[in-house]
Amino acid sequence: MTSTSFTTKHLARSMARTLALSGLLSLGQHARAGELEVLHWWTSGGEAKAVMSLKNSMQAKGHVWKDYAVAGGAGDAAMTVLKSRVVSGNAPAAAQIKGPALQEWAREGVLENMNDVARAEHWDDLLPPAISNLMKYKGNYIAAPVNVHRVNWLWVNPEVFKKAGAKVPGNWAEFFVAANALKKAGFIALAHGGQNWQDFTTFEAIALGEGGTEFYKKALLQLDPASLKSPTMEHVLNTFRQVKAYTDKNAAGRDWNLATAMVIKGEAGMQLMGDWAKGEFMATGKLPGKDFLCVPSPGSAKAYTFNVDSFALFKVKGQAKQAAQKDLATAIMSPEFQEVFNLNKGSIPVRMGMKMDKFDDCAKASARDFGDSSKAASLLPSVAHGMALPSATEGALKDVVSQFWNDEKMSVQQAQDRLLAAAKTH
Amino acid sequence: MPAPSKPQTIWLPKLVLAPSFLLAILFIYGLMLWNGYLSVSASRLLPNYEFIGLENYADLMASERWQVAMRNLLVFGSLFVSLSMALGLLLAILLDQRVRAEGLLRSIYLYPMALSFIVTGTAWKWILNPGLGLEHLFRQWGFSEANFDWLVQSDRAIYCVVIAAVWQSSGFVMALFLAGLRGIDESIIKAAQVDGASLPRIYWRIIIPSLRPVFFSTLMVVSHLAIKSFDLVMALTAGGPGYATDLPATFMYTMAFSRGQIGLGAASATMMLATVAAIVVPYLYSELRQAKKA
Repeated sequence: MTSTSFTTKHLARSMARTLALSGLLSLGQHARAGELEVLHWWTSGGEAKAVMSLKNSMQAKGHVWKDYAVAGGAGDAAMTVLKSRVVSGNAPAAAQIKGPALQEWAREGVLENMNDVARAEHWDDLLPPAISNLMKYKGNYIAAPVNVHRVNWLWVNPEVFKKAGAKVPGNWAEFFVAANALKKAGFIALAHGGQNWQDFTTFEAIALGEGGTEFYKKALLQLDPASLKSPTMEHVLNTFRQVKAYTDKNAAGRDWNLATAMVIKGEAGMQLMGDWAKGEFMATGKLPGKDFLCVPSPGSAKAYTFNVDSFALFKVKGQAKQAAQKDLATAIMSPEFQEVFNLNKGSIPVRMGMKMDKFDDCAKASARDFGDSSKAASLLPSVAHGMALPSATEGALKDVVSQFWNDEKMSVQQAQDRLLAAAKTH
Repeated sequence: MPAPSKPQTIWLPKLVLAPSFLLAILFIYGLMLWNGYLSVSASRLLPNYEFIGLENYADLMASERWQVAMRNLLVFGSLFVSLSMALGLLLAILLDQRVRAEGLLRSIYLYPMALSFIVTGTAWKWILNPGLGLEHLFRQWGFSEANFDWLVQSDRAIYCVVIAAVWQSSGFVMALFLAGLRGIDESIIKAAQVDGASLPRIYWRIIIPSLRPVFFSTLMVVSHLAIKSFDLVMALTAGGPGYATDLPATFMYTMAFSRGQIGLGAASATMMLATVAAIVVPYLYSELRQAKKA
């Protein structure tokens, strides 16, 4: 970097700061080093650090980062803010949006086409098709993926298992054997939180483990009526209900991290949860492979349900702002950022073929399975985490599954009929 | 009071009231109309003004979850209104017996009103949680058979919401009734006593009937509290288990803000408005008619 370019950038930045101080920034029409307003809901410890790394890399390029963090509600609060901003014609430059919601926003015609960045950076070669398709609307890239969370993990406390003489389960039949042993030894077999997305995380893990990849695709992704009414679904629902007997009755409304804490403290033996649970273990100084184990959820070793966070760029006016957006998209997919961000967040890079030596064993296993399942076409979007269905349909399915979990009086047939009706919610 | 002497002061009150009048028109009635239009539009993630008729209402009526929410409103509303009024009246009558330290007791009963529903909800969530609260406590005391897990049962959880809401509001109802009781003319009661009426009889035949206006205004306040209940449910059960304790307000929030179904959410909001109107309009009508007669 030459000293002249440094001073210009420095000048531009300090000018921008002065403008910000004088309140002119909100007018937003002055051409200058691109201002980048980024709306996200990463506010907890590791997540905030992860965002900081993106901020630093943008500032290094001379852009002004305007952080717009909206905490709470797993993004619900942020989405409400985003809607009001877009409706009033004052969209942020970039916002954290994921899954089919991207398509819904693109349909409103407010998202920027990112094809030129994607082409220059060869995104098509770096991303598995299952994920790049989610990032496209009518064949054009509209979002940049940040990370991959694996959802179908089973977290195990090996000490509890040892005390109970149980074996880590590889399928659901073994799960019940292990769960019985744990229960007999006085432990809670499965730590669970009774919130609808956690109920559904369990449900989809059973659908994948007992029904297999094809069934998961047909029943939960394509919502095929025959599969929803099939004996396989009946079996899945029966298993789901059986699992409830191995959770404690205080689970209603419990947050996922409290359920993880039960496994950490040795009150419970297992938890079905995505790999964000790892952060909770790590924060208490536990080591993967030694103090806790991460294994694929029963019967799903060959499959991979993913939860991918991504940033969408909104249409903004002004060349400087647009240039800043492009730099942001490039930076998000760069190997440096993908590594730093995911080390902090607990997920793995979405960019394939990256070196994983700085990551822990769970992340390494996750990255290996990510590549393998992509080749085997068993890389599947998680319904519970808003990766597969429009929000209305997903919500309706979650309602049925949670109601079935909580209401012992609902029969399996009734649940199947209701799932069928929910699948028609458009 | 002296009448305004100069003609130019006639427009002054109107001018001073105009801003708040305009704001009320715009932000209350204007938004009501906007919501009404959204409820017949094809709005999904964002407002969209394509007219689709009553489709959203048809979807709403067919929705299992909306039916649960309406049923819950009926259960919650009737129990909450009747229990908080009965309890409030009882407390007021007991406090009216010239007890010692009345001021202290009054503040104690009124105090829950100073808390927000979020605080009430969170506190009762812990009290009613079987692993933390009452059930746990009784088991620790040695009653190993103690069982109080309504909060985690889908068909009982709504009663937990009632308990928390009654706890919060009955003190307020008591204050209203107490004010009413203090306004009753002593001489009527004295006259009844002279005639040899017993105390329960005096209350039943004289005092409670003369509280009629207080009854009505209290009913208005608590019943609209019931219909728009949102924060208490959010803090106490978040609508769960499943959606067993959903109320119309939480239904509306979920649909409009989390599930990208603004049209459906708007339709449910209109239904809530209609429910409130069904209570308020007859009341206003009777009040206005009485005012005219007088």
